[in-house]
Amino acid sequence: MKKKLIYLDYQSTTPCDPRVLDQMLPYLCEKYGNPHSRSHPFGWDAEEGVEESRKLVADIIGANTKEVIFTSGATESNNLAIKGLADFYGDQKNHIITCVTEHKCVLDTCRHLEQKGFKVTYLSVDKDGLINLEQLKEVMTDKTLVVSIMAVNNEIGVIQPLKEIGALCRSKGVFFHTDAAQAIGKIPLDVEDMNIDLMSISGHKIYGPKGVGALFVRRRPRVRLKALINGGGQERGMRSGTLSPALCVGLGAACKLSKEKMETEKIRIKAYSDFLYKRITKELPEVYLNGHKDQRVHGNLNISFAHVEGEGLMMAIKDLCVSSGSACTSASLEPSYVLKALGVSEALAHTSLRIGVGRFTTQEEIEEAANQIIKAVKKLRDMSPLWEMSQAGVDIASIKWAGH
Amino acid sequence: MPYNKKVIDHYENPRNVGSFDVGEQNIGTGLVGAPACGDVMKLQIKVDKGVITDARFKTFGCGSAIASSSLITEKLKGKTIQEASMIRNNEIATELELPPVKIHCSVLAEDAIQAAIKDYEVKGGL
Repeated sequence: MKKKLIYLDYQSTTPCDPRVLDQMLPYLCEKYGNPHSRSHPFGWDAEEGVEESRKLVADIIGANTKEVIFTSGATESNNLAIKGLADFYGDQKNHIITCVTEHKCVLDTCRHLEQKGFKVTYLSVDKDGLINLEQLKEVMTDKTLVVSIMAVNNEIGVIQPLKEIGALCRSKGVFFHTDAAQAIGKIPLDVEDMNIDLMSISGHKIYGPKGVGALFVRRRPRVRLKALINGGGQERGMRSGTLSPALCVGLGAACKLSKEKMETEKIRIKAYSDFLYKRITKELPEVYLNGHKDQRVHGNLNISFAHVEGEGLMMAIKDLCVSSGSACTSASLEPSYVLKALGVSEALAHTSLRIGVGRFTTQEEIEEAANQIIKAVKKLRDMSPLWEMSQAGVDIASIKWAGH
Repeated sequence: MPYNKKVIDHYENPRNVGSFDVGEQNIGTGLVGAPACGDVMKLQIKVDKGVITDARFKTFGCGSAIASSSLITEKLKGKTIQEASMIRNNEIATELELPPVKIHCSVLAEDAIQAAIKDYEVKGGL
């Protein structure tokens, strides 16, 4: 019989919570109106659903309802935030500050703007994955338009010092954008307290549907964006196109549920990830946690298992759905750029797994996961020439390897 | 990524995992790849009168790298040094139906064979 799969990849995506789905369903076949139709009840019903959801999204980040714009997801939100600012203010300010460990959609957007003549500073991170505030302060100039720093890193789960970044940006008159896709529902976020001007939100990372997200755009002091998508002028002219009420309602419901459950969920998830980490480190030597050990969300365990290659390890734990920092599975053979930025050696980056614990993880699954990982690492170390050499006292770093 | 059945078989039941004594006169050892590239293979051959009588491997790498190493230890047994030196990577890649992104695993296996033979010859085994 096929063993039950255990999903431990909650940073990649999450299942849609059935309670969220229940609220979405009426908006597909019954209340199917165009939320922008003002002339009949179908439109009004759909609009009501969308606007109630907008309030729920605003509530989880301490924003005003009018400051929330629905998008297709965090990638679009990040694009709209950075390109929209650049297009609007580019003739006055042409400098953008971001960080080397940002999500590809922020980095790629910045590269795109560099080709258009913008200057971009990519802040480095320390060995724990955190940016240096002094360094941020130093690189700011009177030409700096925006600082875009993610709230929680998708690969290693570290939390950047949002409040300090926000205060610094506000004092210098620089916009602060944060990609909060991995942070919503996991850490408290308050756009007022943290002086955040733009914030990207994703539906499917918080047990909502895929294909929907939001962008918070501050009204006071006003932040202006040039739209990427032109058309009927929906979403205050910043994002045209008919909204999907079902998806918007899903995002709102997911935000509401995440807000209500955040504290209890945090405790449970911490207990599970602590259990897993302790079991693993008790049974296996030479295991390293990547990213700051405390300033992180608990649902993300990024661990390097020295001398065992990540993809090979994933094949051995095939009932566990996790992801690896070894990019051997993708077209490029480069290991994770995030781990590299932390100063993790390429050799160790190839041995990392990202284990994501979430809302539907059970104690039974965590125990099974611990057992399978420990068994697999032991088996693969017995087969690893590097493990054999390290046990024999050979300094692997001192060997001159022929790369290929 | 779905794996070919043969890769899974060799990965789950690897043949000839282990090590011979590097110092023995009749043992040739090849160590190829690099930890920074995500794969390292150690292949050892035991030679008797010009014929490979046994082989062992240890590999740090993905499933395809482990399967490629396991497969070559089977292929090598019973072959003369001359025959073994003729094994090419495409033979391994074809047999394991490796996708393009995994071809380098078979290249590494070929390199390991060459390195093990060279080590044996340098030791004066011939």
